[in-house]
Amino acid sequence: MIAAVALPVVPAAAGLLGLLVPACRRRVAAALAVGATAAALALASWLVAADRQVGWSTSWLDVGGVDITAGVWVTPTAALLAVVVAAVALAVQVYSPGYLRGDDRYGPYAAQVSLFTGAMLLVVVASDLFLLLVGWEVMGLCSYVLIAHDRRLAEAPRAAVKAFLVTRIGDVGFLLGVVLLGVGAGSFRIADVLAHTYDPATLTAAGLLLLAGVAGKSAQFPLHTWLPDAMAGPTPISALIHAATMVAAGVYVLARLFPLLAGSATTMAALAVVAAATLLLGAFAATAQDDIKRVLAWSTVSQLGYMTGALAVAAPAAAMFHLVTHAAFKALLFLAAGAVIHAVGGNLMPGGLRRAMPVTFAVSAVGLGALAGVPPLSGFFSKEGVLVAAAAAPGWTGWLVWSAMLLGVPVTAWYATRLLLLTFFGPARTDPPGPETTPPTATVGRTANDPPWSMRGPMLALAAPAAVLGLAVFAAPWRSLLGLAPPHLDAAVALPTLLTVLGAAGAWWGWRRSRAGDPAVALGRLRPWLAVGFGVDAVQSAVVVRPVTALARATRNADAVLVGGTVAGVGRAVSRLGVGLLAAHRASLPRATTFALAGVLLLTLALAVGGVR
Amino acid sequence: MLGPVLLVALLAVPAVGAALVALLPARHDRAGGAVATGFAAVALLVSVLLWWGRDPGSAHADTAALTAGQPPAAAWHRVDVAWAPDLHLRFTLSLDGLSYPLVLLTTVLTLLCCLHAWRRPPGDRSAVLAALLLVIEVGVLGVFLAGDLIVFFLFFEVVLLPMYAVIAGWGGPDRRRAARLFALYSLFGSVLLLVGVLVVVNAAGSADLATLTGGGALPRSVQLAAFTLFAVAFAVKAPLWPLHSWLPAAHTQAPTVGSVLLAGVMLKTGTYGLIRVGLGVTPEGLRAAAPYLGVLAVAAIIVGSLVCLAQTELKSLIAYSSVGHMGFVILGIATATPTGLNAAVLGNIAHGVVTGLLFFLAGAIKERTRTGELTSLGGLREPAPRLAGLLGFAAVASLGLPGLAGFWGEALAVVAAAQLGGPLWLTLAVLAAVGGALAAAYFLRMLRKVSHGDPGPAVSDMDGRAARVEWTTWAPLAALTLTLGLAPALVTEPARDVVAELTAEEAR
Repeated sequence: MIAAVALPVVPAAAGLLGLLVPACRRRVAAALAVGATAAALALASWLVAADRQVGWSTSWLDVGGVDITAGVWVTPTAALLAVVVAAVALAVQVYSPGYLRGDDRYGPYAAQVSLFTGAMLLVVVASDLFLLLVGWEVMGLCSYVLIAHDRRLAEAPRAAVKAFLVTRIGDVGFLLGVVLLGVGAGSFRIADVLAHTYDPATLTAAGLLLLAGVAGKSAQFPLHTWLPDAMAGPTPISALIHAATMVAAGVYVLARLFPLLAGSATTMAALAVVAAATLLLGAFAATAQDDIKRVLAWSTVSQLGYMTGALAVAAPAAAMFHLVTHAAFKALLFLAAGAVIHAVGGNLMPGGLRRAMPVTFAVSAVGLGALAGVPPLSGFFSKEGVLVAAAAAPGWTGWLVWSAMLLGVPVTAWYATRLLLLTFFGPARTDPPGPETTPPTATVGRTANDPPWSMRGPMLALAAPAAVLGLAVFAAPWRSLLGLAPPHLDAAVALPTLLTVLGAAGAWWGWRRSRAGDPAVALGRLRPWLAVGFGVDAVQSAVVVRPVTALARATRNADAVLVGGTVAGVGRAVSRLGVGLLAAHRASLPRATTFALAGVLLLTLALAVGGVR
Repeated sequence: MLGPVLLVALLAVPAVGAALVALLPARHDRAGGAVATGFAAVALLVSVLLWWGRDPGSAHADTAALTAGQPPAAAWHRVDVAWAPDLHLRFTLSLDGLSYPLVLLTTVLTLLCCLHAWRRPPGDRSAVLAALLLVIEVGVLGVFLAGDLIVFFLFFEVVLLPMYAVIAGWGGPDRRRAARLFALYSLFGSVLLLVGVLVVVNAAGSADLATLTGGGALPRSVQLAAFTLFAVAFAVKAPLWPLHSWLPAAHTQAPTVGSVLLAGVMLKTGTYGLIRVGLGVTPEGLRAAAPYLGVLAVAAIIVGSLVCLAQTELKSLIAYSSVGHMGFVILGIATATPTGLNAAVLGNIAHGVVTGLLFFLAGAIKERTRTGELTSLGGLREPAPRLAGLLGFAAVASLGLPGLAGFWGEALAVVAAAQLGGPLWLTLAVLAAVGGALAAAYFLRMLRKVSHGDPGPAVSDMDGRAARVEWTTWAPLAALTLTLGLAPALVTEPARDVVAELTAEEAR
């Protein structure tokens, strides 16, 4: 129990403490951050090894009618996810000092990463929906400050605000969903909420509201727009956000509350539609990006669609498995991308880095292979599990999810291959691959080298699980952690594998045909449209942002004119009345005397009448 | 029997301090600030001591409440003396768990303000300013301690003139208009409050709050009439939309310490009155008016947030954010459920702490850059990373980040509205939650304009370091923000009995 409580507390406390460390004490900050994250990893590993449910809670706030508790509820799945979170966070913490060499704000950065980790671990172990909400939103805050970290990027503050705000809009739904569930059950404890029988309307409403919150955090259509822009943050932060925190939180919470979602067909149908849209939108948008990190960002959107798709076909275990392997290979890919960016000084795909950066090339190949689902890398097995579940699912939602997933497979292979070819193969390019992008600000690939060991170590450490974690599906203890069914690899495997090969071959062929050029040329006139993610941003801006801004201005003016004006008008009227009375008072002496005597007479009369009684 | 002594001392100490400081010759300006700070510190000490020796029950041995055969509110300490026997006036003070957190908030904030006025005087005659702050403290504490409606009304009025003087004497360029607006609005509310008090006292034959609580002594029609009068009076003070237009003007023009006390404690006399008098004395009136009150509260949340989103001035933005926050508090009160009252209690305290901190920080920024215009600010994190960081902390606390103080009041108000159920209250819950997202929008916009980006001329020339006294004033508020966020029960536990009593009457 103490280990479970300490799990979020240790990194969070280290984060708060780290914010107070003076900026010049870089080593102290690094030691605190790495130490706390390592401790969290040890605690999480111990919880997995202990392999039993831990439940403990205490009253936090008794408001009469509903009791809000604070406590932990660790299931084997939760413990496993805690290990993943802590491991990725540790890799990021070890990697960061090298990446942020010469940045005088490393101290607060490391502290914020610790706080971020603590918040995510709180989401993982929280036994009460209100407590979960604390971790949930603190993560939003941490992503906001970390995305805005780089002061040289003019777009960073905007991207940071967008990340916080879009997820916060989803969180309105999440809070309302939590309130509905808690008020209905008379308790906000997850166990009580899961045990309570709701009427169908409440269940559907709550499920849809929770879905809104998850769409914000886990970058599901239409609230996915913050994730690609969040690339303005330092690359290790992208690794953290995309692999271990934020986006993982939404999927995890859905899996944790799965029985509630499954109770409403409407919710599940909505989830299926959202998942299919997210999956395809992300995959196609990833094909047209020129920025390495943006390719990876859109690929995250797409892979999250696979996870929510698995949930939509009632396979939470498969979703969690894909979440875990995705965390490994996506964190790896971002750290490798960071190494490339660090070496060439720009975000565009430089080409020809294979010889100059052999280690980075090797780990990137593993990561991209896992992303594309190349056997026997980790992504192959987890994606296979998801596909099998979707194929077996009944109804139109199952069909929708399954076909979207199948369509996504070759597209994923295509953009993964393109990324690999354009970054590591061919000649080093000085000109950008795309027609409309800015030229790279940086030195060319020739001077690039593999990163120092402080950065190389975490990459290598993540490459191992990204490669072989999928094989764990054959280990019964592992399956029991997730509640996963044993794998049945039959002829059905051939179809997605074939599609993967086709997609990769397509990209390779396009690359060869244009003499190491960009295969995305094949996209033709669709390309700009895909590059902006189908213009969802523009729609959001037109439908939400601009109307709200206009409404705000109108309200401000109306407030000033109507409310302020009424008050001022009353004031003026009273003043005028005063002036009028003053004029009446400024009467000539005889009239004034007459009035005064009349007053005396009236008073006397009044007293005489009143006195008699 | 130390309790009654301490209770009287709590009012006497700042009053004596104010008198002493006011009598000091003008050349001892700095000394005056020091003396005022000393008295404010003693007042804080007294208020802390009141925590001990709270013994519900024994304090009621001699009160009218027992003779009325009614279980009295769980007062911790009580003073009840004849004041003007010919007029049946009694001077009654009473402290319970509902007022205690507010009393502590008042003494803490006044001490910090006196300290600030002493070490960083906004112009000359800072001793007079500090004395006025102490008078405001007497008034506000009197409101929170009043055990009698007449006493409540008198202290409610005490606050008005010194606050007027603070704004008019030490305010910004447009201070006269702002001070006048404040005074006129407040007087308008006061007149209605006075009429309401007289209606109740005449109908019930008693002004004792313990006797009146529950509304048993009042017929329904009287309750309705009296509550209408009370509601308008407290709505001006709180302020509740659309009676809020004095607040932005007063806040923007008032000196830093004035804004802090105004937002931190003075607004709370309105919401406290709504709970203690509105719900306590005229529960049926409140129940009848609850839908209207709830709609206005949610309108305040939405309108306040939208106006904030289009604000161009730092202090005026924070002032308008108060309109939204008090909307959440009033929404909680309007539900008249235990959850709602707890939301109101938490929201009151959190708003006092967080908005107090925000006004201190905004004052520090304006003092250094000589501007509050968002367009001229920007890039604050470059010259002053810590100040910008703390501003960010206060802003996210104010926008209701879970884990910090501001969250509980807002979330529980939504829970309370949802608990009532029905189309109206569910809609109100949804709209209030949307208001939470709008709050995030305007605070993030503010941070983006103030903290991020390239420093403009006003910001790049500023001195980014903060004086020690500034850290001394900010640190306790920041620590309280985190503490209350993690342990909200610190505020609700003491108030539990009173909340139960007030809402139990409602259920009858």
